[in-house]
Formats: sequence, C-alpha cells, structure tokens
Amino acid sequence: MSALPVTLRKRLRTLVRDVPFDAVRNIQWSLLDWREILIESLIRLAGISSIIIVGMIFLFLLREGIPTFLDIPLRQLFESRWYPNEGLYGMWPLIVGSLIVTVGAIIVALPLGLITAIYLGEIAPEWQREILKPLIEVLAGIPSIVLGFLGWIALAPLIQKLGAPTGLTALTGSLILAYMALPTIISISEDALYAVPKEYRDGALAIGATRWQTIRHVVLPAARSGLVMAVMLGIGRAIGETMAVMMVTGNAAFVPTFGADMALQPVRTMTATIAAEMGEVAQGSMHYHVLFGIGIMLFLITAAINSLAGRLVGTSGNRRRGGQL
Amino acid sequence: MNTTKSTDARTNSHRRTLKRQQTNQIATVVITGVAGLVVLPIILVILYIFINGIGAISWEFLTAKPRNGMTEGGIMPALLGTLLLTFGTGIVCIPLAIGAAIYLAEYAGDNRLTRWVRLAIVNLAGIPSIVYGLFGLGMFVLFLNFGTSIVAGSLTLGIMTLPVVISTAEEAILAVPQEFRVVSQSLGATRWQTIRHQVLPHAIPGIITGVILGLSRAAGETAPILFTVAAFYLPDLPQSVFDQTMALPYHLYVIATQVPGMPLEIQYGTALVLLLLVLSLTLIATVIRTNMRRRRDW
Repeated sequence: MSALPVTLRKRLRTLVRDVPFDAVRNIQWSLLDWREILIESLIRLAGISSIIIVGMIFLFLLREGIPTFLDIPLRQLFESRWYPNEGLYGMWPLIVGSLIVTVGAIIVALPLGLITAIYLGEIAPEWQREILKPLIEVLAGIPSIVLGFLGWIALAPLIQKLGAPTGLTALTGSLILAYMALPTIISISEDALYAVPKEYRDGALAIGATRWQTIRHVVLPAARSGLVMAVMLGIGRAIGETMAVMMVTGNAAFVPTFGADMALQPVRTMTATIAAEMGEVAQGSMHYHVLFGIGIMLFLITAAINSLAGRLVGTSGNRRRGGQL
Repeated sequence: MNTTKSTDARTNSHRRTLKRQQTNQIATVVITGVAGLVVLPIILVILYIFINGIGAISWEFLTAKPRNGMTEGGIMPALLGTLLLTFGTGIVCIPLAIGAAIYLAEYAGDNRLTRWVRLAIVNLAGIPSIVYGLFGLGMFVLFLNFGTSIVAGSLTLGIMTLPVVISTAEEAILAVPQEFRVVSQSLGATRWQTIRHQVLPHAIPGIITGVILGLSRAAGETAPILFTVAAFYLPDLPQSVFDQTMALPYHLYVIATQVPGMPLEIQYGTALVLLLLVLSLTLIATVIRTNMRRRRDW
C-alpha cells in the first residue's frame, strides 16, 4: 500500500469514503486454509486470555487466602491488634494506615494534578505542551523504588525537622504517593478536558466570558465525569503502591491517635505488610494465609474502583459522540 | 439626570469587566505557577540522583560483584539479573499482548464478550503490584513448582505488563486506516493476509513503543519479584532459568534499608543506574513514536 503513489492513494481514499459506512466496517472475509484457521483461533485465545488471567489471579488468591476468612472470626480480623507472632491478626491498623496515606496523597495530588491538566489543556502554548507532556511521562516512568529511596534519604530528614520523632510518617508516605499518583491524575484529567467540544469554549468566549470564566463555568462542569474518574484511578494507584510506602511510612502497625499530629505518626499500610512479612512466614501457616487474605481485600478494592471507572469511561464516551451536557 | 445615570451604569459595567479580567489574570498566574511547581521537581529529582550518584559510576561498579557485605564492589549481578528478567518478561508478554491487541482491534465485535475482555484489561492494569507478587508466589512458585526462579519472576512480570502493551498496541493497529483493509480485501486477500501484510507493517512502530514502555515499567518493579525471584545476595550468577537472581530494584531496596553502614555513594549510584536504565528505555520509545508520527503519510 505504501508503494502506491500518493495521488492514487488519495483517490482511493475518497472512493472508499463514498462506500456506505457499514460496508467498510463489516468486510466480508473469506478463509483460505487451515493455517489461517489455526492463527485466528490463537488470536482469539490471546484475546480472551485477559479474562482467564484475572480469573486465575483471583482463584489463586482465594486458594491461599480463604482460610483467613474461614478460620478467624470476622470480628477478630477487624480488631486493632496486629501481632502475628501471638496469633492476633487485627487488620484495622493496616486498613487505617492505607486509608490515611491514600487520602493524604489524594488531597495533595488532586488539586495539583487538576490544575496542571488545566494548564496543559487550556493555557499552555503548543511548544510548552511538547516539552511538559513527555516530562510528565518521565515521572510516570520513574520506578517506585527510586522515589521511595529519595523519600527515605532526602524527604524524611526534612519531615523530621517539622517536629516528628522520626521522618518516617504517614505524611512522608502521602507526599511520595501524591507525586506518584500525579501522572495518572494529570493524564486522565487532561483527556477529560480534551473531550469537551471546542464549540463550548468558543461559545463562552463569544458571549464575552474571560478564559478563566470559560474554564470555571463551562469546561470543568462539562468534564466532570472524566475528572471523577481521574480521582478514582488516582486512589486506585495510591492504595496499591507498595515499595515506596514501605520505605517511608515507618511501618508501625498501630492505629494513630486522632489529632492534629496524626499525619506525623508512623503508620503501616496493607501493601507494606504483605511485602515486609511474606518473606519470613512459614508457608501454610495462618500468618501466611492472612497475608493472602489482605491480598484478596486489595484485589477487591482495586477491582471495584477500576470497574466503576471503566463504566464512567463508557458514559463520557457517549457524551463525546454528541450527546448533551 | 438621565445622562448621569447611563454614565454610572457604564462605569459600573466597566468596573465589572475590569474585575473579571483581573480575576482571569490572577487565575492564569496561579495555574501557571502550580503547573511549574508540579513539573520542576521532576527535573530536580533526576538531577539530584544524577549529581549524587555519578561519582560512584565506573566500569568496575558496573562489572564487578559486590564485596565485603555489599559495601564495596559493583552491582553486576543485580544489573544482569534485571536485564535477564526484562528479557524474560518480553518473551512472556509480547506474543500474548500483540495477539490480544489484534483480537481487540480486528476481530472483536461490539458484544458482551468484548466488553468483558476490556473490563478484564482495565482490572489487570489496576491490580496492585504486590498482589501480582502474591499471585506469582501462589501459582508459579508453589503450584507449578518453579520455585523462586527467573521463570516465575518473568511470568509474573510478563502478566503484569500485559495491559500496558495491549492498549498501546491496539491503538497502533486501530490507527491504520480502514481503507487499507478494504482495498486489501477487494484484491482477494484473506483476513489474516490483510493483517499480516497491510495492517501490522504500518502498526509495528507503535507496537514497539508500547512494548518498550511496558518493559521499562517491568524493569523497575520491585514488589512482584520480591517473593518470585529476587535474592538478597548471591555469590554466584544464576546458572539456569530455574535459579534465583539478584535484581536492581530489589538490590536498591536492600542496600538502602537492610544493610547498615552502606556507603551513600553506592546507594545513589545504584539508584542512578536503575533510573538511567528505565529512562533510556522510555526515551527510545518516545523517539520511535515521534519519528513514526512524522513519517506517517496517510
């Protein structure tokens, strides 16, 4: 095809454009021989492999983790004492730890990410976008262990100067996590802003609105569902992060006392607990099963978030195709 | 009287316009400032690691084994292990991901099965990396009895990398104009011939971009390899794919938090090597993509 001269190709294209849409979309193919049948079945198999893999992941988590929920009374699982050596598996401190760190991260990352997306989508000139977008991709590419290392070696001492007994606190974890969730939040918010039809902006500007008024009253409301999705996927990203969080949160499995300095206390997240303890447990022990049990909970939480976000994509997609505000 | 009133109204509306413009200017400045605040640290982070770590980098650092409780010597076994794992991840992930992408772009109809497949991919992308580690431990290490080995680690990382590669590859395939397929079919080609000779050749740069991005992600991951392959310290290099190996991300974790008295320079140096490895992969992917966009003539 690429060998065809450009003019001929253009003519072909206009020719094809005139064919009714359905005919272009649903080409009638003929099969030639058994090799193609084989290849096509392999492709179909690869296609549905994702479903099989998700199923297997869940099955194997269940296989190793189900004794947690069968052998330990549910009330004990949600107690506030996590002393695996004494047979006390209260996950409450871990859940609270994950919650504090995640919420803190989103509080920091959401405004920063949203505003950066607004800048990239609505204000920045083309040449700046060409530089900034790859740079944000670079941030997404930095391994979490490297950011964790930086948090451990550079950020923690700074936090300590704020008055925490150690620099390894929920706040340190939130800040590092916020930074890691930023690329997700920025790119999804930007997609959401981009999906708002240009006519909306033109219309607002034409009746005399300033650019800020256009953003504030027209673009943001129209992009609402996409922005909600950005937050949700940001949460999903933050709650599942492991290594960086393990390095900088101090890993104390206590429920922090509620108060102003809550952020400056060490916490331990669900993910960090698995990572830190799985290496030392005897295979098949209750402790081992409980760590898989935490894995099941993480799987279900992120699956819920992502399925919900996936549904939102569907609705905003409909809107893009010319629905109403 | 009348004239004064209309002048008043005019100055009022004028004042309001001024105020609106002022708000607009303030908002623009704030938004620009915040965007700078987000972007600037990215450069600072990279510079910081570069400046602190560059002193440690030497030929010996890259090619020698760690000595003296890892406080001296180099990182060669960890670097080699990460390269091996990245290679293994590619072997697992590339055929499966490209197959799935072809299926989604060329075969999948608008039906319930397709929606389930897409939901599964979205979910795969969202599963925490440590949960992949648990899955790898449960399935590959224990159930299939591969032990903590390069095979188990590669399979785990390969599965984790699938969603990234599938979605970029699908996009690349969808970007090939439908006209190409119509013309190919009208010339008597079968569906697979069309995909093989018309669609894939045009989509290949985009697919390669996705693969490299996915592999760079895998190279930097720690949590999935914790229980499936990574070793704290090994005196010897792995002899077969059923051996454990050291890996760069886990090595960084170990020397930063588990080994007391570790010279700072070696820590920063290790972080820098990992960062450079991952970022250079990302850079290659970006260059391929930019080139592709420039060269595309449809």
